[in-house]
This record gives sequence, structure tokens and C-alpha cells, in this order.
Amino acid sequence: MVKRFAVPAFVFAALTFSSAIHSQSAPQSGAAKDQQPTPAAQALDGWERPITSPAKDQKAAPAPKHDLSGTWEPANGPLDGLGIFGAKAMPEDGKPEHELPFTPTGREALNQAKPTFGHRSVLPAESNDPVVGCDPQGIARQDLNQLRTTQILQTPLSVVLLYQYNRVWRVIWTDGREPPKDAELRWFGYSVGKWVDDYTLVVQTTGTDDRTWLDHVGRPHSDNMRVEERFHRVDGDHLELTVTIDDPKMYTKPWVALDRFPMRLQPPSFDIREMICSPSEAELYNKLVGEPASGKNGK
Amino acid sequence: MKSKFLVTFALGVGVSIFSVPLLAHHGNAAYDTDRKITVKGTVTQFVWSNPHCLLQFDVTDDSGRVVHWIAETENPSTMSRNGWTKESLKPGDEVTVTALPLKNGRPIGRIIEVVPPNGQRLAGIRIPQTGSDSPQLYPKQ
Repeated sequence: MVKRFAVPAFVFAALTFSSAIHSQSAPQSGAAKDQQPTPAAQALDGWERPITSPAKDQKAAPAPKHDLSGTWEPANGPLDGLGIFGAKAMPEDGKPEHELPFTPTGREALNQAKPTFGHRSVLPAESNDPVVGCDPQGIARQDLNQLRTTQILQTPLSVVLLYQYNRVWRVIWTDGREPPKDAELRWFGYSVGKWVDDYTLVVQTTGTDDRTWLDHVGRPHSDNMRVEERFHRVDGDHLELTVTIDDPKMYTKPWVALDRFPMRLQPPSFDIREMICSPSEAELYNKLVGEPASGKNGK
Repeated sequence: MKSKFLVTFALGVGVSIFSVPLLAHHGNAAYDTDRKITVKGTVTQFVWSNPHCLLQFDVTDDSGRVVHWIAETENPSTMSRNGWTKESLKPGDEVTVTALPLKNGRPIGRIIEVVPPNGQRLAGIRIPQTGSDSPQLYPKQ
């Protein structure tokens, strides 16, 4: 920390840019008080139509039975599902209660991961996070990182999830089939679901490609992982998602990664804004920012 | 156009107590989260794209030397929820950019706030420094 309060390298760099630099030592807390931004303009959906928030005193209708359909958004704000510090129920924050039950193999795999967030974060160009190159997040990371607006469709045989982040979709088969045995691995595995009561769909996913990370801080999983997702319809307007990881190769016991994460139903006309990982856009970002930020050529 | 610009070095711990902007893919390891800078310049390009919107602008000092800056913020989906549009910033706009600086001193920053010509402040995204809370749009909706 002492270095940060010494004359920073940035000062030297900036001084080379201009003789008209003025500096002052002002506590950031005070400066921040002066920068109360103007209230945000009206938020728009993907069709550039205003997003209306439901009245807070409006009482939700009872939950419909065996029905998750609709467009859902994190109830505590659109960024509540970002998970930048890892699984929301078990963030990598140094607290003992959030220490995961790694096996020796799991610990070793964790140490191979070089995330850009968390205690082990590295510079952007040094990261081996697969999503930086636009690889799919897979399951369970699609739930644990960047869980944003999600549309759910139902057919008599399946539940289909349309995720905003990376514009990916999944099919959860609810026709009674069993998970396949010895099937080829898939980024998003194989998902089957059963209604355990009128309002709760429990989904089991297996056969996931172990090139993916579990979350944004590089928690690992094996190809023998089983992910349980519990979608619980609380009432007409609310849904809760709980995700449990069971992977004996990496963890000594199952652990809850997302605990009753609340989502709120949006109007049926809500259009989800496109959010996609484009390799060409990612390349531009890395050239202009990622590489120079990491001390490499670029820009 | 020659324009004076001001770089304010605000040293202190305040920003750590408050919160810092973030990138969804890319963390804060490259940035000095204990400081922020304020730079005035002229927009050359505003890239409204994933994974992060990029504001490019030129800062000219009294001697006429131009330094090209890039300030990044979140993706269009997130920023649109914070009042930004692809039209928020245009080439030629005179802007005041407050940002986290890079540790290595290159003219790149992470946007805390941008003040465009109309004075309507455009805020970045704020998150706590630890993982116990969630990032929030600012001001909170």
C-alpha cells in the first residue's frame, strides 16, 4: 500500500503528456460526494421501449402450477446475478465460511486457473479464462456468472431457457427420460427435469465439458459433475433459483452455489437486449485495452 | 483545437471505501483502484460494443501535444440500463472523464463518470471491493 501513496508511476507518465497538468491531493471520499450523477435516463429494453417497474404495493397473483414461463430478471437489480467474485452463495472473499471443500485434485485445478477477478486475479492478457476468447460458459457458470434476463418457454415435453448473456439457450427435458450414460460431453451437458411439487422444477445436468469453469474466479469441475437446479415459483411474479454442485472429484461434498436467487417476472412484451461475445469485438477490446493494460503492445 | 486539460490526482483511501467500477470479464488487476483521474478532451470515437464500450478521446495540452486516451466501461446492455445510449457521446464532443487509471501509466482508464457537453452526467457501474454484495447501477434504480 505504501507504493500507492508514493508518487505513482502514472504521474510520471502524465507529466510527459503535458505541461498543463494540475494535480491536487484530495480525498476521494470528498471528491465522490461532488460527483452525484444526474439520475439515469429512462431504461430501455432491447426494442428501445421503456422498461416499467411494477408498483411496489402491487400484490402478486398466486403461482400457477407447473409453469415457469415468462421473461425473468434478477429481482434485486439487473446486475445482481453478475457473480464477478464467483458463485454468489460462496464468493471468493476470504471468509472461512466461503472456503470450498476442495479435494487435492480440486485445489490443484483451482491453482491452474488464472481469473481476472478475486484474490488470485491476474492482468487481462495473462488470464486463461475460457470465456475471454468467447468459449461458452457452460453449466453451471451460465447460472453463476452473468445471470441476467432469462426467458423461459415450456412445451409439453420440455422447458427451454433463453439466456441474455451470450444469447444461448438450453433444453431441459421433462418427458421422463433419464440422463444419458457415456454420452459425449457437451458445453451445456444434458439436462432433465422433474416437478417435485406444483411449483418446483428440479433439474439435473450431467455430461458437462470440463474445459469450462464453474464460476468467474476459476472454480473447477470435472466431467463427472452433477448440477442440480431448483426452480421454485414463489408466486405469480417471483421465481427463485438454487444451484447445487456435486462433483466428488473436485469437492469432498456437495455445496450450494446459488441460494434461492430471486428473479422477477417482466411484462410479456419485454424484448431482451442482445448481449453476445463477438470474437472480432473481443479482439478489438484486447488490442485497445487488454494488452496495453497488461503492459503488452497494442493500441 | 488546443484545450487545457486537467488531471486531478486524488490520492486516498476513499474510493476503496466506496466502490469501484468494474468490468464483467476483466477485473481490476490492471487498475489503481486507490486513485482516480479527471481528464478533459475531445471525443474521437465512441464504440458501443461488447464486451465493453470504449470511449476514445484526444487530450491536447497547451503546447499542442495530443494524447489519445481510451476509457472503457461496461457492455451496452448494462450501460443502457444506466441511461447510456450509443448516441450519448459523439465525435467532437468536449467531455470530462473521471476514471480509474492504469497502474502502468498508459492513457487508459475505467470510467467512473463522463460529463458530456449537455452536462448530463453518465455514470459507470459501481461494485463493492469484496464479493459479499452485488454490483449496482448508479444511481440505484
